[in-house]
This record gives sequence, structure tokens and C-alpha cells, in this order.
Amino acid sequence: MNPRIGYIAFNTFREAVRDRVLYNLIAFALVLSGAAIIVGEISIDIERLVVVNLGLTAVSLFGVVIAIFIGIGLVSKEIDKRTLYTVLSRPVRRWEFVVGKFFGLTGTLVVNTFLMAVGVFLALLYVNNKFERMDLWVLAALYFIVLQFLIVCALALFFSSFSTPLMSAVFTFALFVIGNLAEDMRALARATHGAAVWLATGIAYLVPNFSALNVISQVAHGDPIPARLILYNTVYALLYSAMAISGAVLIFQRRNLK
Amino acid sequence: MAAIEILDLEKSYLVGFWRKRPKLALRPLRLTIEAGEVFGFLGPNGAGKTTTLKLLMGLVFPTAGTARLLGRAMDDPAVKSQIGFLPEQPYFYDHLSARELLNYYGQLSGVPAKGRSARVEQMLERVGLSDSAGVQLRKFSKGMLQRVGLAQAILHDPKLVFLDEPMSGLDPMGRREVRDLIQQLRSEGKTVFFSTHILSDAEALCDRVGVIHQGELRGVGAVAELMTGTQGKIEIIFYAQKVPASLTALGAEARVSGDMVNAVLPEEQQDAALEVLRREHLKLISLAPVRRSLEEYYIQKLRPTEVQNTEVQNEEKQNEARRNRNGQNEAATDEDLRKEKQEDRKGVGA
Amino acid sequence: MKMTATGRVNVVAAAVLLCSMAGAMATLHAIDHNDAWQGAVAQDAIYVTSSTALRRMSLGYTGLLADIYWTRAVQYFGRQHHADSGDFTLLAPLLEITTELDPKLYPAYQFGANFLAPKPPGGAGLPGAALELIKYGIEHNPDQWRLYYNLGFLYYTEFKDYAKAAEAFKQGAQLPVTNEFMPILAARMAQHAGEFDTARMLWVTTYQSTKEARIRQNAVEHLLALQVDEEVTQLEQVVDKYRQLKGRLPSSTADLERAGFIHGTPADPKGHPYKLMPDGRIEVQDPKNLYFITKGLPPGAFPPQPPREANH
Repeated sequence: MNPRIGYIAFNTFREAVRDRVLYNLIAFALVLSGAAIIVGEISIDIERLVVVNLGLTAVSLFGVVIAIFIGIGLVSKEIDKRTLYTVLSRPVRRWEFVVGKFFGLTGTLVVNTFLMAVGVFLALLYVNNKFERMDLWVLAALYFIVLQFLIVCALALFFSSFSTPLMSAVFTFALFVIGNLAEDMRALARATHGAAVWLATGIAYLVPNFSALNVISQVAHGDPIPARLILYNTVYALLYSAMAISGAVLIFQRRNLK
Repeated sequence: MAAIEILDLEKSYLVGFWRKRPKLALRPLRLTIEAGEVFGFLGPNGAGKTTTLKLLMGLVFPTAGTARLLGRAMDDPAVKSQIGFLPEQPYFYDHLSARELLNYYGQLSGVPAKGRSARVEQMLERVGLSDSAGVQLRKFSKGMLQRVGLAQAILHDPKLVFLDEPMSGLDPMGRREVRDLIQQLRSEGKTVFFSTHILSDAEALCDRVGVIHQGELRGVGAVAELMTGTQGKIEIIFYAQKVPASLTALGAEARVSGDMVNAVLPEEQQDAALEVLRREHLKLISLAPVRRSLEEYYIQKLRPTEVQNTEVQNEEKQNEARRNRNGQNEAATDEDLRKEKQEDRKGVGA
Repeated sequence: MKMTATGRVNVVAAAVLLCSMAGAMATLHAIDHNDAWQGAVAQDAIYVTSSTALRRMSLGYTGLLADIYWTRAVQYFGRQHHADSGDFTLLAPLLEITTELDPKLYPAYQFGANFLAPKPPGGAGLPGAALELIKYGIEHNPDQWRLYYNLGFLYYTEFKDYAKAAEAFKQGAQLPVTNEFMPILAARMAQHAGEFDTARMLWVTTYQSTKEARIRQNAVEHLLALQVDEEVTQLEQVVDKYRQLKGRLPSSTADLERAGFIHGTPADPKGHPYKLMPDGRIEVQDPKNLYFITKGLPPGAFPPQPPREANH
């Protein structure tokens, strides 16, 4: 494995960490986890439910926002502002740049998620005074959220490889919204007739499937997550990210930098 | 072995909003630079200098032709470890300090970890940034950024260095330092290819120069050759309040500034001119042959030939007509094109 | 004291900031406490009446949205109760949306069972809706004994359909995880449906199965009412025995005591002695303080209802 990808990844991580926007978002998410405790007290019998629902939703949504902002900022901005000129004049292959950025981004988000997860677990401890076996599944939900980030980062990179910073952010967010409705889209596609079936099915299957990665409600109720789902989601996320990243590489390989 | 061989490298862009038509940013360029040379690439803004460099660096892809750097194909990544590049108005990662940036770039260039930090310090020293080594780049002035740019270009001890307008943004002191640096590089046996539109720098530093204008290489020549050869004229400077009539009779072109007169005469008239001064009791300051300067060569190369002139005029007429027909401004999406049009309107820059 | 231009600007800006902040908060306070607007604000609780659309809009974060709607349902009920409007039209939709977004949110079903069915002002007066809700809950949570309990409870209290109630309790009793009263209730439905003990057992189970203050309070009041009903019935029986023995009605409860039928002065759970009426009936001293009682009331009176409590 050549070391340049590692260097680029580390530099990306360092840049993200030094970007103060990140801290504001993390702090906000932590505050939200704390707020979950208060909200839980309003609705009796469901403190744990609210803590898990609100906490994990915050981790998920804020993570997506961070992934998009930083992802776009880190790549589109770089191409826009020509910081790339001196990087690419070195023995760095264009594909190494894309892959390195991807690892740096996802690394940042994993650390992020970890910090926010600590907040959620502390809140959980506060309402229940102890950990129960069902809290283990919250880890599974967090893992799925990280997989979700993988896909979002890959998409952000893909769009950055050919689009302006603003449009890349818009496209990525749009796909995030659509991806959460992926199940409905597939059902809809099955209901169409004639020539439209192929088009509808194609689109429905191409859209990232975020709905399967959202198990927040289940773990809030303490339901277990089947091992098969974990396996399926892992494989899917890896494959989809690979697809988006290779697309990014292909496009970036041929791009004329301004 | 030639350090740089450019073989009919060509770049055209599609411009226009609705109907895209090709605009040639670089006509087929053929140029060879020998190892150990310092080569100056001269031309006004928008001539194609930056385009050429971007093509050679692989930042932009040619529409035709190719180039070889240090004997290898230009898109060979291995060759990049032997090349240094300083772009025009460089941007760097704001959040890093100078030291961190150089270290990062050193990593990417394959500078071995063992001596890397020592080398980084050495480079910082060389460009005069040792004091600000730990400061974040977002706080750097333009001149300081330029120095960082130079440092990162030579950090990994490349054999071939490309500099795009290296003097831009520097004060006279800074420019002096850069000149010294280029001299040093030359004495280290490196090949330096730099673009500029400041002719005095080129005169002082380069072995050879090439003049490019409107995407076309107009001329290449060795500086020494271009600047020798008198034009058969002499220049005589003396103290006087006005130009003596007898001097003008000899065919002199003269100019008064303050209490001095500056006259240029054919060299055959040298003795006659001295005779005039003696007769009029005027004090001589200096007498020297007029040397052809690089500026003249440059301007001459920039002047369009008759054929080219007609072509340009025709194109302009067509553009006019098109604009009147559509009643809209065809905004060029290509930055080079825009810059070039600006230049055409301003006239030839120097 | 001379102030510079900058200083003046700062003072003015700070003053405007504070005043506008106070004004904004005051306005908000007024909105919250203006009862006339409660209708409009409450209607806001459901912008979207289609649960499917809502589910789609939540982008998969249905759990959180369900929690939000649940909170709104509770707040709505409290508000309507306090406003004494007797209008709980939005309660059913709110609970329906909540449970559609999160079918496993048990507290919503329980709330519906307890407060959708009873007539206003104690509830929304929609036993049918309550039944639908519980059945929906059972469909999505077939292993939750509490839902079968709620179902049986509904059949018993609202529909007086003791056969169906028995069936519900029986099904609940057969679940792997269940409450010890379920089989007993199932058995009792068959034979002792209308009896005090059965009813008491029901309300005790209700009390035990929740931490929700309102539901518990409700259960306690019903238990007290049962006690009153039982005591009044027993006392009237004693009066009857006295009449059969002595051939005339007693003039006061003291007579009954002298005759040895009772010990001490009988009083209601709130400590007020029962009154013996001239026609032999027993009445409570202060009906307004004993909610849900069906005995011991003057003829033609309705069972008293609890007052509007303060908004939670």
C-alpha cells in the first residue's frame, strides 16, 4: 500500500479537525443529547425512548451535515482554489488523491461519531442509572450510522469531482433525502408498467439505500438487530461507496483543472 | 539529454455559451530545453505561458501533441519526483504552518523520513522563513507565500524546476533574493524554466528566451546573441541646455532632460559629433554604442506580421457581426480567453 | 460625563437588544396563555393528517417524530381538560399518528384506552376509536400483555361486553410474559363480571401497569368510588335487615349501631359520615368530592366528575 494515500488522509483529517465549524456542530449535538434527558422527563415512561431517538437522530443528521460541508469544502474548494496545483505536480496520482481524501473524511466522521456517541451513552446512563443488555444494540445503530456516512462522503466526493461546491452540496443532500425513501421508490417501481418499469427500477436501485441503515426506532425499543442485516448493510455500504469513489476517480482523471 | 522536449503540444478550448466554438489557447508548440539551462518564457498576460506550464504539469490535458520531461513521457508519475513547480499566485492549505506544509509536501514527494525535518528547516532558512515557520499560512502575506512556494518547489532537490512568474508580489529585496536563488539553482546544475513578463529579469538570468504571444511561439534565441550586435549607432550624452543645431544636421535624434542632452547618431558621425562638442565647449558625459536590448527583440516578436494582422482583423469583424446579430454578449467561459481579450484592448504589455 | 459616538451607539444598541428580547418573550408568553387561540394552536398539532405522508417526510427518523407527536397528544389533552371545553376532537388523530409512526409506542395505546373512551369531560367519548387503536396495537405488538389488558378493560368498562373481555384477558394470560392477574381476571369475567372485587382488581392492575400520573390518579379515584359504592350497597342492605327485624326504618345510623348491625359511625373514604335518608337510602355527605360514584347520590343526579386540574 503506498504511503501517499495515508499522508493525504492524515492531512485531510487534520484540516477537518482544525476547521472550527466541526466543533460547533459537535457541541450542538452533545447539547442535544443532554436536552433529550429533559424532554424525556416530560413524557413519562419513555425517557429511554426519547434519549435514544433524539440522541441517535442528532448523531445521524449532524453527521450528514458535517459530511457534506466538510466533504465539499475539502475537495470542491480545493479544486476551486487551486491548492491542488502544487500537490499534483508531485508524484501523486489523481486517484490516490481522491482515495486519500475519502479515508481522511471518513476517519474524521468516525471520530466525530465516537465523541457524540459518548454523549448519548452518558445520557442513557443518566436516565436508567445502569446499562442494560438492550443498550448493546445502540452500538449496532451507531455502526449503521457510520456506514451511512461512508456513502454520503463517497457521494460528496463524486459530485465534487466535477461540480461546483454549492451544487455538490445540493446534489449530495438531495440524494440523502431520496435515499431515505429508497424503499418506497422500489415499491413504486414494481408497480409501474411497460417501458417505464426499466427506468423506474433502474433509478430506484441506483439510489443509495439509506432506509435500511436507519434502525434508530428499533434500538430505541430495545429490539435486537439481526446479524444478517448487519452483514448486508456492511457489504452494501462498501460496494456503493466503492462505486461512487471509482466514479469520482474516473471523472477526476480526465478533468482539466482551471 | 534534453531536459524538456515539447512536441507540437496544442490546447484548444470550447468557448461560447450556446454554440461552442474552439479557441486555440496554445498553437502547436515545439520547443527543446537543454539540461542545465535557464530558460525564460516571455509573453504578455494571457499569451499562453501558464497554459503551457499547466500542460507540462499534467493539470490540463493537451488536445494534441505531447512532451517529454527528463527523457520520460510527461504523464509518467515517476518523473514528478524530479520536478518542482511554483504556480502563479499560489494557494496552499491555510490551516497548516509553513513547516507543516513543507513536511507534508516532502512526504508526498517521497523525501525519506530520516532527513526530512532537517531538510525542511534548511529550505525555510534558504527562503528566509525560519522565523515564521510555525505560523499558519492563512496569516502569511503575499510575499511570504511566494517564498513558501519556492521552498516547496525545490524541497525535494529536483533536477528540473518550473516557475510561473516567480517575481510576482515581491518587493525589490525579494526579487533580488529570488534572482540569487535562481543563480544558485543554475550553479547546482539544475534546469530552470520560468515564465515572466519582466524583461530585465530575463536579461539577467536566462541563457535562452522564448517569446510567446496569442498562443504562438514567436521566437527563440540565446540572450547573449540577441543582445550583441550594435545597430550601427552610438549614443552620446553631454551637458547642454539645448541641442546644438550642427548636431541635428548630422542626423542626430536628440532629447533634452534637465541640463543634459541625449543624442543618438549613426556611428560614422562619431568623430564629427565630438568635433561639435569641442567647438561648442560642451562637456562630454558618455559615449557608447547602442546595444540592442531584449525589449526590442521582444516587441518585435510581438508585433503581428501582415498576414497575421489580416487574420486577426477578419476574426474581429466576424465577432462584431455575431454580436450584433444575437444582441447578446457571448461570455467566454475560458479564463485565458478573457484575459487575452483584455490584453488586446490594453495593447501590448511590457 | 461625555460619551463618545461609539459609546452612544453601544448603549443604544444594547438597550434595543434588551427591550426587544423582553418584548419578544412577553409576546410569546401571551400567545401561550391566550385560551382563545388554543384552538388554532392545537390544530397546528396536526398539519399533516396523512400518516403515510408524515412517515415519508420524516425520512426514516420516525421514532423521534412519534415521540414528538406523543408529547403533543399528552399536552393537548391536558390543555383541553384545563380549558373545560369538553372538546377532545384531536386526541384520536394525534394518537393514531403517533402509533402509525411508531407502532411500538405502548404509552400511546394505554393513554388512548384510558382517555379516548370515557365520555367528556373525562375523556373524548370515543370508545370505538379506542377499540380501533388497541386492536391496531395488538396487531403490531402481539406479545404485549398490557394491550390485551387494555382491550379487556375497554370491553368491561365501556362496552359491558364481559364475554369479549374474558376472551381478551385469556389471550393475554397465555402470553409468555404476562401479569399474574390476567388469568384471574379472565376467570372472573365469566362469573363475577359486575362485582366489586373484579372491578377493583381491574383498577389495581391499571394503577400498577403505569407510571403516568394522570392514569394513576384516575385509577385511584375509581377505586375510591368502588369503595363508596360497595359501602353504600352494604349499608342499604343493613338498613333493609333492620326494617325486616324492627318493622320500621332506622332514624339514623346510630340506631343501626345500637342494634348491633354495625360498629362505629360509618364514613366515606374521605372521612365524612354517611347520611341516612328518611326513605331508607344512604347518601354521601358531599357528592361533589367523590368522583365516579354511582351509589349514594340523590335521585336523578349524575356521577360527579373530577374538576379541571391545572395544566401540566
